[in-house]
Parts: sequence; C-alpha cells; structure tokens
Amino acid sequence: MPLSGKHLLGISGLPVSDIRLILNTARSFREISSRPIKKVPTLRGRTIINLFFEPSTRTRSSFEIAAKRLSADSLNFSVSTSSVSKGETLIDTGLNLLSMNPDVIVIRHSEAGAPHLLARHLKGCSIVNAGDGMHEHPTQALLDALTIEDKKERFEGLKIAIVGDIAHSRVARSNALLLTKMGSDVWICGPPTLIPIAFDQYNVHVTYQMQEALEGADVIMMLRTQRERQREVFYPSIKEYFALYGLDRRKLTWAKKDAIVMHPGPINRGVEIDPEVADGLESVILEQVTNGVAVRMAVLYLILGASEEGSK
Amino acid sequence: MTILIQGGKLVDPSQGLNKKTDLLIEKGKVAGLGKITPEKGWKVVDARGWIVAPGFIDMHVHLREPGREDKETVATGTRAAVAGGFTGVACMPNTDPINDCEAITRFIREKARESNLAHVYPIGAITKGEDGAELAEIGEMVKAGAVALSDDGRPVQNNQIMRRALEYSKIFDIAILDHCEDVNLAARGSMNESAVSTELGLRGINGAAEEMQVARDVVLGRLTHARVHICHLSTRESLDWVRMGKKQGIRITCEVTPHHFTLSDEAIRSYDTNFKVNPPLRSKSDVEALLEGLADGTVDTIATDHAPHTSLDKDVTFEEAACGVVGMETAVPLVWEFLVLKGVISESRAVELLSVNPSRILRIDRGTLQQGAIADVTLIDPKRRIKIDAKQFASKGRNCPYQDWELRGVPMMTIVGGRIVYERPA
Repeated sequence: MPLSGKHLLGISGLPVSDIRLILNTARSFREISSRPIKKVPTLRGRTIINLFFEPSTRTRSSFEIAAKRLSADSLNFSVSTSSVSKGETLIDTGLNLLSMNPDVIVIRHSEAGAPHLLARHLKGCSIVNAGDGMHEHPTQALLDALTIEDKKERFEGLKIAIVGDIAHSRVARSNALLLTKMGSDVWICGPPTLIPIAFDQYNVHVTYQMQEALEGADVIMMLRTQRERQREVFYPSIKEYFALYGLDRRKLTWAKKDAIVMHPGPINRGVEIDPEVADGLESVILEQVTNGVAVRMAVLYLILGASEEGSK
Repeated sequence: MTILIQGGKLVDPSQGLNKKTDLLIEKGKVAGLGKITPEKGWKVVDARGWIVAPGFIDMHVHLREPGREDKETVATGTRAAVAGGFTGVACMPNTDPINDCEAITRFIREKARESNLAHVYPIGAITKGEDGAELAEIGEMVKAGAVALSDDGRPVQNNQIMRRALEYSKIFDIAILDHCEDVNLAARGSMNESAVSTELGLRGINGAAEEMQVARDVVLGRLTHARVHICHLSTRESLDWVRMGKKQGIRITCEVTPHHFTLSDEAIRSYDTNFKVNPPLRSKSDVEALLEGLADGTVDTIATDHAPHTSLDKDVTFEEAACGVVGMETAVPLVWEFLVLKGVISESRAVELLSVNPSRILRIDRGTLQQGAIADVTLIDPKRRIKIDAKQFASKGRNCPYQDWELRGVPMMTIVGGRIVYERPA
C-alpha cells in the first residue's frame, strides 16, 4: 500500500493512515540496520537527490544512509549560499536536477514553502521536505513519533511538553500537528517572545511556565535555542534563558518518573539542556537518530511505491 | 471631434447627478448635458445600459520609469490605465533614480506627453533618495508638476522629519501620501502576522506596524494642520484611527486597494507569490472592516498600488519574492462585482471613490462632468462579464492574483481630454 500523496511536504494534510503506515514500515525496516550486511535491494536502480540549501550534516547523512540501505543511488547536492548568489533560481536548480531523471528530490531550504515551489514546477519527480524554514520538518516529527511509540506504546492521552524556541521551529510545528492528530495532549512552552501568534490553532496548550508544561508529562521535547536570538531581543541572556527554560535535574522532577527526554539535535549543552539530563537514562536522543534512518527508509520506499502506482 | 454619448446613465456625484442623460463633448470639454439630438459629423457613442462617469483617477501606481523599464514604462502603464477605465494616474516616486527632483518629475511628464494616453500626475519624494533624512526640493518638483509627496515603499521613520515635511507641505497645500509602516515592527516579515503565518512558517508583519504610523500621522496631522493621506490602508484599527482623526477635524484622508478588500491572508496557503503585497493581505475581519469603511464614508478613495514585476521577481520562494500586484486592469470590475453589485456601496459612491475624491486630494481639476469641465470620461457596462487573463494585459506585469476570476462591470470606453483613447472590442 503506497502513501496517499506523491510528495511528502508536511505533516499538515498527511492522513493518520499514512502516519501509521510510515511508522509500521519504519519498524520493519529498522531490523535491516542491525544486520551485519545492512543493505536490501528494494530500491535498486532508483535515484535520490539530496538537495540541501542549508548546512545540515545530520539530516542529510540520515537520508543518505536510508537511501543506501535500500540500494538506491543517492547524490548529495549542497548549494552554498554563494552559488545561490550566482543567480540560479531554485526553480532552475530543480529543473537542472530533474533533467537527470531522479525519482525523489529531498530538499532542505531556509525558506518556508520552497519544497512546495519545487513540487509545483517539477513534474515527474517526488519531493520530500527535509525542513523548510520555520514551516515543517515532517520526517523529524515521524521519527519522534516512532521513538515515543516505542517507549510509551501509545499516543493517546500522553502529556507531551515541547519546550523552547517555538517561533523559529519547524520541528515544533510538525510535531504539534502529528501528535495532536494521534490524540496526545501537547503542551507548548517557551518565553512569549518565542511563541508565535495563534499557536493554539494546533489544539495545543500554550504556557510560559515550565512547571505547568512539565507537571505529569510523559514526554519532554526540548528544542534547540540559537544563541544569536539573544541579539534579536527574544531573551536577555543565555543564563536567564537556562534558568527559566533549560531542562535540568530539578525541573525534570516535575515530570512523571518514567518521562523520556527528547531533542531533535544538535543539542546546546548548558543552553537548553543540562549535560546531566542529556546523558541521563531518561534521554532517548540517540535513539531518535537511529529511528531517523528507519523512518527515512520507510518514507523513500513508500513514496516511490506511490509514484509507481501513479504512473501506471 | 465632437462626441455625443447617448443614452447612458450619467453618474456624477460632483453635481448630484444619477440619471439617464446624454453628454456632449466638444473641443475637449463638456459642452452639454441633457437630451441632445445628434448633428451631422458628430461621433455618436451608443451608451445605452452603460454608466457614464467623470474619468477615474488611480492615485497610487508604480510606472517603473525611469529605471525599471523591464517591469513597466509610462507608455505601457498608461495603456493599462486607459484599458482599465482610468483617465489619470498618480505615479509613485520610487523609480531609479527616485523622483526627488525637478528633472525626474519633468522626465515623467515628458514621457506621459509622448505616450499621450492617460494623464500622469507625478508624486515627488518627501526626502532625498527616499532616505528619510533630508527634505527633497519639494517646491521645485511642484513647479515641475508634482501633485503630492510620498516616500512610498520606504516610509519616513523619524517623526521629527515627518513633522517638518508636513509643515513644509503647507506652503504648496499638497497632501503627503504616507505608506504607513514602522519598519522595526514589520521585522522583515513577508505576510500578515496571524494564525496563517504561524501555520506557514512565514515571518509575520503585525497590523501594529501600520497602525503605529497611522496613529502618528493623526497626532502630527493635529499638530501641523497639514494634509495627510494614508496609502493602502489595510487594517481595522488603522481605519479606527482615521475615523477618529476625521471626527476631530484633522485633515486626514485614506485609500484602500482592491486587493485588500477582496482577498485575505488565507489566500497565501499555497505560497503563491502573486498574493505577496505590502502591506500584506490581512485577516477576514480586516477585510470586513474595510468594506464598512468604504460604505460609511471613512475611506476616501480606491487606488490600486499597481506594482508590476517580472517573473524573475515572482518565480522564487515566498520570502524572496517582490511585493506587489498589478491592479489597473482589474480594479473597476472588482469594485463593481464586490462593492456595487453586492450592495456594499452605490454607483455614486463608487464614482466618488474612483474619481471625485482622488481629484480633490490631488487638487487637480478633474472628477466632474459639469458644463465646461475637461472631458475625461469613463464608460462602464455594469452587466458585462469578463474572465481575467493576465496574459492579455496591456501592462507588462503579469503578477495578478485574480487569474481566471469572472467579474462583472467592465470599462468599455475611456475618453481623455475629449479624445477616445480606449474602446473595448465588442
């Protein structure tokens, strides 16, 4: 059974049945990564291009490994800001790549809607959004979901706190969309300067008090805080930010005893998370990374299944 | 040539007319109103079923010349104007170079004379280079034909400079047309700050960025007694400030664009850059407020902020894309379909918004078809339907958010100075 759409542009518009399908497929693929020979011929002969306009070693590597474990040919096309300034537009870059007949283009871009622009102009190729500006990062939300379900065996009724720089976070948006779809009770927490207007449209609770967000939480998801935000007057100092919203041992006691701590990485030790917590038993941060490969294998596999159905 | 416009409904609020009346044009002027029998040699226009109105003035357009002739020229822009039913346009000074001196003002007027279609009324910059620092040579520009002042697109941030500009404008009794935007509050946003911007992950421009400067202009308008006109007003609260200012006798007026009263930020969900404008498309509640303001008289004029761009500026990501839509060739049908035919405003009020009031604000001798007036006339078929196709525009710009929309109320003929400059094919 393929996915319902040809592209994966976001969690918005992705039906629960697709989410279930991706998670289940990811679980069955996960075993491949633990074999001595970590490769199956499933996508042999398929070409996948990783088109990254933003530096991201981790997400790009994760997609690359996912493609390789399924025997697809993957190519990394990193566009530095300097070559964009040479004047080639995103559409031109896309059309050039399309002429090489790829099956999937995985795109990461600093601007919201860039994958949608490619999807509109590039016919005959699937687009996977690997993060677009402050908009969405669907595979991150899916790998987070896989990790949560592994640990908690359900979504319904879980209290999940997402803490930090919500405004600039595509991870927060995709997770809020996905987890509420799956029936979790999502709490959004951060300084008001970093919570965008009308965020409660996602059917989440919004609080500025960390204790309220964490009390009785099953899952704590910490977001990366960029140091340069201080200069943009979102908060006065890293020290004060950490005091109010950094996750340390003391704040962790507010959550359930068996709460798990997640982070999309890369973590800023001492900014949003205490090293002791990041390395603690509650932390599933490295499992998230492992699950990232499985989820991306599932997405590539299902997307190609879908477009094959479409071309018949 | 003598032209007799026969059988049309003359809608001219400047003289309280709204009835079937023939209109005679001779030597470029209105030569007679009433029941007129055609004589030999006259050109007779059968206007039965049409509205005959004093020529429409679009007081906010970007003609891009000099400097960006790839986007538009005075010639193509005025062709678009007359095709859209406008007999005159006031063009913003943010050309390259900026119209901040007599020479550029003259150049634009000269281009308009060569094109010989719609009248072009240049708007001079308030400050040199629109830098918001030093006053431009306003007197020289006025002498050369500038009818108003504006730093459109790069609004004056310093309140003291704005105060001085308003005071200085009183020498010439011209209005300052203010694009109200506090650039710090706007914070490099690319759409309205709302649930939709949050959903789309696009940086938002809060309505407060506009309202802050509208409020400032009310305050400075009271202080200086100068004439201030708010460009492309887009929010409910901005309108409240203008309403309050007017009630207090401040000489403040405002305009609204067709895109702000027909579209809301919901339209951006597809990331279509043809919906990217500045000020941004606002919420549905703001759209409702603008409709109320158009109906209750708070809004003085409808202007298009016609802003042609090339595909290079628009076929990019939303945040990277240029702001603006073309508007002159869709404005009249949008006014009729969304305002007149829906009963929001009367035909007379539409003519007031499109002709009488902009003429008064710009202090130009237009906006009337009284005996002896210059014969600038707009003729509309209110029942005729068109399907918008940007590819057919006379403008060079194709950045139109209304592609394939079907609208009623079509400009059929445009007369400038007694000369038929546009006639829609039957």
